[in-house]
Amino acid sequence: MMRQAALALIARDTRLLWRRRGDALQPALFALLVVVLFALALGGEARALERVAAPVLWLAVLLAGLLSLDTLFRGDAEDGSLEQWMLAPVPLSWLVLVRTFMHWATTALPLLIATPLLGELLHLPRAQLPVLLASLALGTPLLSLLGAVVAALTVGMRRSGILVALLALPLYVPVLVFGAGSVAVAAQGLDATAPLLLLGAGLVLSLVLAPLAAAAAIRIALT
Amino acid sequence: MHPLVRWFHQLGSPPYFDRFAARWAPVSYVLAVLVMAYGLWAALFQVPADYQQGDSFRILYIHVPSAWMSLFVFGLMAFYAAIALVWRIKLCEILAMACAAPGAAFTLITLATGSIWGKPMWGTWWDWDPRLTTELILLFLYLGVIGLYNAIEDRRAAARAAGLLAIVGVALLPVIRYSVVWWNSLHQGQTISLFGQSHMDASMLPPLFAMIVATKLWFVGSLLTRARADNLRREAGKDWVLRQAQGTLTQVKEAAR
Repeated sequence: MMRQAALALIARDTRLLWRRRGDALQPALFALLVVVLFALALGGEARALERVAAPVLWLAVLLAGLLSLDTLFRGDAEDGSLEQWMLAPVPLSWLVLVRTFMHWATTALPLLIATPLLGELLHLPRAQLPVLLASLALGTPLLSLLGAVVAALTVGMRRSGILVALLALPLYVPVLVFGAGSVAVAAQGLDATAPLLLLGAGLVLSLVLAPLAAAAAIRIALT
Repeated sequence: MHPLVRWFHQLGSPPYFDRFAARWAPVSYVLAVLVMAYGLWAALFQVPADYQQGDSFRILYIHVPSAWMSLFVFGLMAFYAAIALVWRIKLCEILAMACAAPGAAFTLITLATGSIWGKPMWGTWWDWDPRLTTELILLFLYLGVIGLYNAIEDRRAAARAAGLLAIVGVALLPVIRYSVVWWNSLHQGQTISLFGQSHMDASMLPPLFAMIVATKLWFVGSLLTRARADNLRREAGKDWVLRQAQGTLTQVKEAAR
């Protein structure tokens, strides 16, 4: 039953995404613009940029993810599908988890693929790229899950744009600290395993708990 | 039914809580001011100066109780929110939301007094070390709870949503508490422990205990006052509120005559 529901939801989301393929590129474009803005604001010199390349990339990915949170539940909230989710015979948290996974796959995965290219724009030292990709691979699902909780809390609110950012950023800070910190540690030549493991632990914890919290939040918002 | 249990259940009734809060909030405030007066006097004039920091360590007597209150109030807020979500007790929703503003104020005082203390001691107003950063995130969480509560129109749904956010945020509390243990922090390590030997000299402890009690009493007064106000606002159309308001109106008219 749960597998069927998951496959059905994945198929639906993929079909909907395919019909608006252009929208899928918007987070990647936003991240590119953030990178450009940082590069220009810092003066464009290679030596200045390569020191901050990894943190700036982390920020670009984080901010792009933050802006795309709005699309997580809004479409379904507006046309009533979210209420059907609540009535479904499968757990609401399972549907939330599947939806969050699809959202991550369609918004964050293109960013991960684009990271080496964006890194070149910022003169990212080649040696930092593997750790950066590892930290993003662990960190972006974590951001999506935490973002899902915040998006669920504000679903149904009409003008919730800045409030979503305000609520999500305190939860995002530890992820950013360990994510960007892991690259900073690696840049100094030390072992980056510890922050990556902490990110992994956070990911595992939120894989279990975040869908439950988001489901509770959806029920509160749609009573 | 045991009288204590009955009293506890009665507190959940809006009119009963209103009378309870109206009676005990002023008492709490007065006691708080008295204990705080002793605490501050002792902190400024009685306690000897620190051998290393001199007189500028005395801001500890505001900074540390505020810091403990900022953590305690968030935990209390999450506790009330959990009860409100599980048992749907209206008053617990009100109490949870009434915790948010005083808690945010304590966090702000902690950060401000910490900055003022840091400038002469560390040479800087701010450092991005784990203790300070996590306390700042706590402030943002408080503001987020307040913002979310005010953003939703239905008061009960708003309180439940903001309460859920508080419960999610409670995971930050142990991180703040142990940040000086887990990381190499600029902030001082653990000096006072509940179950072990405290490293603070005995001559410096009494005003600290006084300030701890005083801040708790002040918080109780503030919580009861805010909860009472929110309670009255929510129950505004009800009979008992109208009667109370008319009673007050008559009193005002009499006084004006």
